[in-house]
Formats: sequence, C-alpha cells, structure tokens
Amino acid sequence: MTSTSQASLAAALQVRHLRKSYGAKTIVDDLSFAIRPGECYGLLGPNGAGKTTTLRSILGLTPIDGGEVLVLGLPVPAQAQAARARVGVVPQLDNLDPDFTVEENLLVFGRYFGMRDEAIRARIPGLLEFAALTAKRGDRINTLSGGMKRRLTLARALVNDPDLIVLDEPTTGLDPQARHLVWERLRALLAQGKTILLTTHFMDEAERLCGRVGVIDHGRMVAEGPPHDLIAQHLEPYVVEVYGDGAQDWLAGAKAGLAARVEISGETVFCHTAEPAPVVQTLHGRAGLRYLQRPANLEDLFLRLTGRDMREET
Amino acid sequence: MSATAVSTRAWPLPSGRVWAILRRHFLVWRKTAATTVLGDVLDPMVVLLALGYGLGKLLPAIEGVPYITFLAAGSICMGALYGASFEATYGAFSRLQVQRTWEGMLNTPLTLDDVLWSEVLWATAKAVKSGVAILLVVILFDIARTPTLAWIPLVLLLVGFTFSSLAIIITAWARGYDFFMYYFTLGVTPMVFLSGVFFPVSQLPAVLVAVIGWFPMAPAIQLIRPLVLGQMPADAGWLLLQLAVTAALAMWLAAVVLRRRLLR
Repeated sequence: MTSTSQASLAAALQVRHLRKSYGAKTIVDDLSFAIRPGECYGLLGPNGAGKTTTLRSILGLTPIDGGEVLVLGLPVPAQAQAARARVGVVPQLDNLDPDFTVEENLLVFGRYFGMRDEAIRARIPGLLEFAALTAKRGDRINTLSGGMKRRLTLARALVNDPDLIVLDEPTTGLDPQARHLVWERLRALLAQGKTILLTTHFMDEAERLCGRVGVIDHGRMVAEGPPHDLIAQHLEPYVVEVYGDGAQDWLAGAKAGLAARVEISGETVFCHTAEPAPVVQTLHGRAGLRYLQRPANLEDLFLRLTGRDMREET
Repeated sequence: MSATAVSTRAWPLPSGRVWAILRRHFLVWRKTAATTVLGDVLDPMVVLLALGYGLGKLLPAIEGVPYITFLAAGSICMGALYGASFEATYGAFSRLQVQRTWEGMLNTPLTLDDVLWSEVLWATAKAVKSGVAILLVVILFDIARTPTLAWIPLVLLLVGFTFSSLAIIITAWARGYDFFMYYFTLGVTPMVFLSGVFFPVSQLPAVLVAVIGWFPMAPAIQLIRPLVLGQMPADAGWLLLQLAVTAALAMWLAAVVLRRRLLR
C-alpha cells in the first residue's frame, strides 16, 4: 500500500477508476494505472480493448464518464491544455504537413505550443540530429521513407521538450531496420529521464522497451507488471511450437505422455512446459514436422490473457 | 461526474494561439498561391468582364447605370463567396480528414475552438482577397471610381466571415469530398443566381426573394452595390446585423457538430 501511494504522489501519469462508454457500449471500465517519472510503460491489448480511448482521455480529447486522470499532476480534462503543453504525442498515423519541409514541420508545430520562433529554431538542429534527418532538413515530406516520417513525427513530439511522451503504436507499418532505429531513439529518451507511455501490438517491442506493461481487455486491466515477472507468474517457462503436416498425428499419439499444457492455434501446437527436453524427444525423427523450442514470451502471455480469437476493428 | 473543460454546447471561443495556425495556413498558401488564385479570383473576373462588356452592350442601363457597373458589386460578392466557400469546405476538409492536420493540432495546447476559428478566419482572408482583387479590376478598368469604394474591404471582412462560417458547417458534417457538391449546388449556386448578382431581385417572384433573403448573399449585395455606385447603403445597420447574427449562429452550430464529431 505504502509503495502505491508514494508512486501516486510523484506519478508522471495517474489514471484512477477511469470509465468511458459510448451509448450502451463500455469502452473503458474502471481502469487504473500509474506511471513513475522516467519509466516506460506499455499499454497492451487487442483491437477495441480501449487503448486509444484511454490515450484520448489522458490528452483531454474526450469527456470521461467517471474516474480521475492526472497528467504530470494536472487534472484532465479540467486542465487539459496545460497538461498537453508538457506532453509530446506520436499518433498512430502520420499527420505531418505534406506541404512543408522537414524543418518547417518542426517550426510550425512548435508555434502551436506558443513557442517563439527563435526558441524553436534553437531546438531544431538537436531535434534533426536526434531523428537522423539533418541531411533531409530542406526536403519535402513526401520524399521521405516511412521510417524517416516516423522519426520526424517523434522529433516533432519533442519540440516542446515534453516531460511525458505518449506513443500510439509507434512502429506499426515500419520495416525491421526502421523499427530498431525508433527503439534505439526511444531508449535514448529514457536515458535522458523522459517518461514514456506507449501502446503496441508488438510484444517484442513492449518486452524490449517497457519496464512495466499493463494488459487491458474489454476496457479492464487484466495483468500488470514487469514483462518477465508477468510471464513467470502466468506461464510455464518454455514453449515448444510444433507445426507441419504431421503435427495433429503427433499430438494424438504423444499427448497422454506430454508433461505440458497444450494449446492449438491454427496449424500450430503450442506446448507450454517447464521441461521442454522430453517434449522435444518425442519429436525427433518425425518427418514432416518442424518445431521450435523457446522461452515463453510476452506474446504467449498476451494470448493467454486475451484469448486467441480474432478481434476485428471496432 | 462528467468533467469537461468546455461544454459541448458553448459558443466557440478562440485564444491567441489561433495566430499560430493562421501562420501555418499562410505558409502553405505562399507555396501554392499560383494555383488557388485561378479558381476564386479569375472565375468571377472573367464573368465580370465577359458578361459586363459582352452582354452589357446589348442591355439598356439597369437602375440608371451601365450593366457592367451594376454587375461589379455582384462580382465582388461572388468572388468573396467562392473564396470563402472553397477554402472552408475542400481546404478545411483536407486538413480535418485527409491530412489529419487538425488531429496533430489537437495534441498540442490548441483547442478545437482555436482550430475552428482559424479555419473560418483563414477562409475570411481568402474571401477578402478575392473580393478586393475584383475591386481592383473594377477600379483599373474604370468600371467605377468613387470614394465609397474604400468601405468595401471592411464590409467584405464581415461578408467573408459569414460565408466562411456557413461553409464550415458543411465541412463539420462531411464524410467525403462528394458531400460538398450538395452545398455548391443547393447553397452557393442559388445564392449566386437569385440574390441580385446578375439582375435586380425585383425581377423574381416575391416568394423566392423572401426565401433567398435569409441567405447572406442578399445583404452582402445590398451593402456593396450602393458603395460601388457612390452611395452609402440604406439600412446598413440591419444588413450588417443580419450578417453578424447569421455568422454567430453558424459558428455555434459548426462548433457543436465538430465537438460531437471529434471530442466524443
């Protein structure tokens, strides 16, 4: 209890019993979490779980039906403008100004924060360097690659030197090289002491970056904690994935003897176990089977907690 | 506890940060001015010169002045209407939906009221620019030269604001560009043809005149035509009030619809 109240005193973001519905449909249902200064917190959940609505509530862009949101100590939506002045936002879809150059995008955006031109111009070289876009400073937006646009969007979110950075699926649609570069930049921000809140579908992203994650489903928090603690808490330490034409036959024959919890998803058999070696032994020499032995990860946890059924966009 | 910073039904109030958005629009305009000038200035200018000189030769004096002088006021208002309407529909909608510019702005201390005001003020600027451009043609071709012309830019400020606030309601409702065809066909075109741009409204059935009189083009022309002819408009106070009330109602309606769309 003591640690919770201490955390809430100095919290960079505090969400308490947040509720939001559209008509009869409850989107966020009594959601509570807090982020410490300097922490990277990941909000995970399937489509329609309430992630985006939660972010909109934090930015004061939607009236909330109940609960409390404190952003850097400021109550939202009551003081949403003052809160947004100290927050940087990277939206899910790029909304850079296509008519402007890289540099102009930063300048114009800085003005929205009431910054003077000289103050913005003084920050631009550092922001361009951070985004590795110094050489592109005079280029139009439509000449940039997807990764460059994302990095510019990230740099733009830093123009007001925010204390809290909110990223909504920051690497969706990027190729692996571009994703790694964005992750590296985000880690650099954490090293500077910035606080980060991100939503993501990519479990490797959350595992790499986040000190803690909150898994939400149907607007409720279903699990929260450091990724590896959560995995240890909810899952067996290893997974053997078996797939290929003979997978079902193999399972029918070996199931009784397996010391594992078995899940089937599509054409893949997932064996969750503390002892992978005996499972793997039954697989040796079977033609048409492929298998992979690995430690349990956040994706397994996510699927365990939110189910394997598909969620369509709502 | 439903805590909201702004009531969803309040009249929209802008802040000083509107200026930052207007500077953005101006910077874009500077880069694309050449193409946008075509539609909203050249169009009414061609109408004025072609119909004024061409058709004017065949027509007797209307209300005691040559046809082109009569048409001048209408052309100025038409320029303002097109300048405002294109910017506040197609232009604003691109920023709202296609480029997601508004979304970016709303993630900063800017409010939706700021964004709405900046769109309407920017469209007003485009309206004044188009109207003044035609006014300059009127002076340059000696269609009219009188001291009362100096009032026209001031009147255009309110006229343009009213046209813009009306058009932004349509944008608030629009889900695609196609929707604007309705506004131009059912709103802009009737305003142009039935408010006294091309001929005195006394030629029209009284019922039609009464209906079209509620639209802002009618008071705009009743204000600007006397100014072109060297007279101060009769009932100027009432006409200005009609424009101001129309604009105030339109701003309110646009704000309510936009809040329901974006801040839900």
